[in-house]
Amino acid sequence: MNPQLTNPRADEIDTILKRIPFAQTLGMRCEVLGDEMTAILPFQEKLIGNVAIRALHGGAIASFLELTAMLQVFLVSDMPRPPKPINLTIDYLRQGHAKDLYARAYVLKMGRRMASVRAEAWQENRAEPVTALMAHFMVAAD
Amino acid sequence: MLSGFNWASNTESGPDCMSDKPKTQYDIAAIMNENINVMRDVVPWANETRFRVTKVEKGHVFGIQPWAEHLVGDPDSGVIHGGVITTFLDNLCGMACTSAMTEMRFVATVDLRIDYMRPADKGRDIIGEAECYHLTRTVCFTRAWAYHETRDKLIATAAGTFAINKARLGGGSKK
Repeated sequence: MNPQLTNPRADEIDTILKRIPFAQTLGMRCEVLGDEMTAILPFQEKLIGNVAIRALHGGAIASFLELTAMLQVFLVSDMPRPPKPINLTIDYLRQGHAKDLYARAYVLKMGRRMASVRAEAWQENRAEPVTALMAHFMVAAD
Repeated sequence: MLSGFNWASNTESGPDCMSDKPKTQYDIAAIMNENINVMRDVVPWANETRFRVTKVEKGHVFGIQPWAEHLVGDPDSGVIHGGVITTFLDNLCGMACTSAMTEMRFVATVDLRIDYMRPADKGRDIIGEAECYHLTRTVCFTRAWAYHETRDKLIATAAGTFAINKARLGGGSKK
C-alpha cells in the first residue's frame, strides 16, 4: 500500500469503534484512506423507526452521524481520546430507506478548544444526502 | 406507526360523545396514553434503546431512558452515548406534536438541535420531557429537556421543528 495513503490513526479508529458499546449496537464501521474516512452503517431491522413505511429512525441516523463526526475530529487531530460533543444540529432532508447508509464528515475548523464539524449521510446517491449534521466538539484537554 | 392502535375507546364512548363536539374531534392525548406501549413496539429502534413513554398530556410528553450497557458511548466512564439522548428527545418531541393536535396526524422531523450540558450519570435513569409550544397547519415547534432529577440540572436540551404528514395511516412519502 502507498505509505502516503496510510494514516497511523486509522487503526486507532477501528479500536475505538470496537470499544464503544453503542457503536457496536448500531453496527457501524469505518474505512480510512489517509485523512479521508467513510463510515458505513449496514442496514439492520432494529434501525427502523417506522414499520409502516420502513424508514430508518432519525435517532439512529443522528447517532451514526454524531459518531462519524467525532471520529473524523479524532482522525485529523492528535488528541489522545475522542472528543466530547457540545451541541449538534441535524437536518433531515430525505427519508432513510431500509438499506445501508454511508457518511462522511468534514472538520470545518479545528480550534484550540473547539472543533466545528459538518457530516452528511447518503444512500445510493452522494448528491442526495438523507441527513446533514453540524456539530461542535470540545477538543481542549480538561 | 399506527397499525396496533386501539381507536375504538375514544370514538364511541367517553365524555366527548356527550358534548357538542363533532365526533371526529378525538382526545388525541388520551388515545396516546392508552396506547403508550403499542407506540414503542412499532418503533424497533425505540425498542433497541429501551426508552419508555410515561405520560402524555396535550402538547406535553414525559418519558424515561434507562441506563444500559449496550448504550454506553464512553467505555471509560460508562456514560450513555449522546445519540441515545437524541433518539429519546426526538421521539418525545414528535409525540408531543401529535398530542397537541385535534386530529390524529403523524410528524416527520425537519431539524433538531441538541445541546449537551453535562454527561448523564452511569447507571441512572434519564427523565425526558418534551413540549410542542406552537403548531401551524404544516409545522410544529418543540423543545425538550433531559435530566436526572429536575430541570434545574440539565443533561441536555433539544429544539426541534416537525412537518405534519398528510392524513394517511403511517404517514410519510416514499421519496
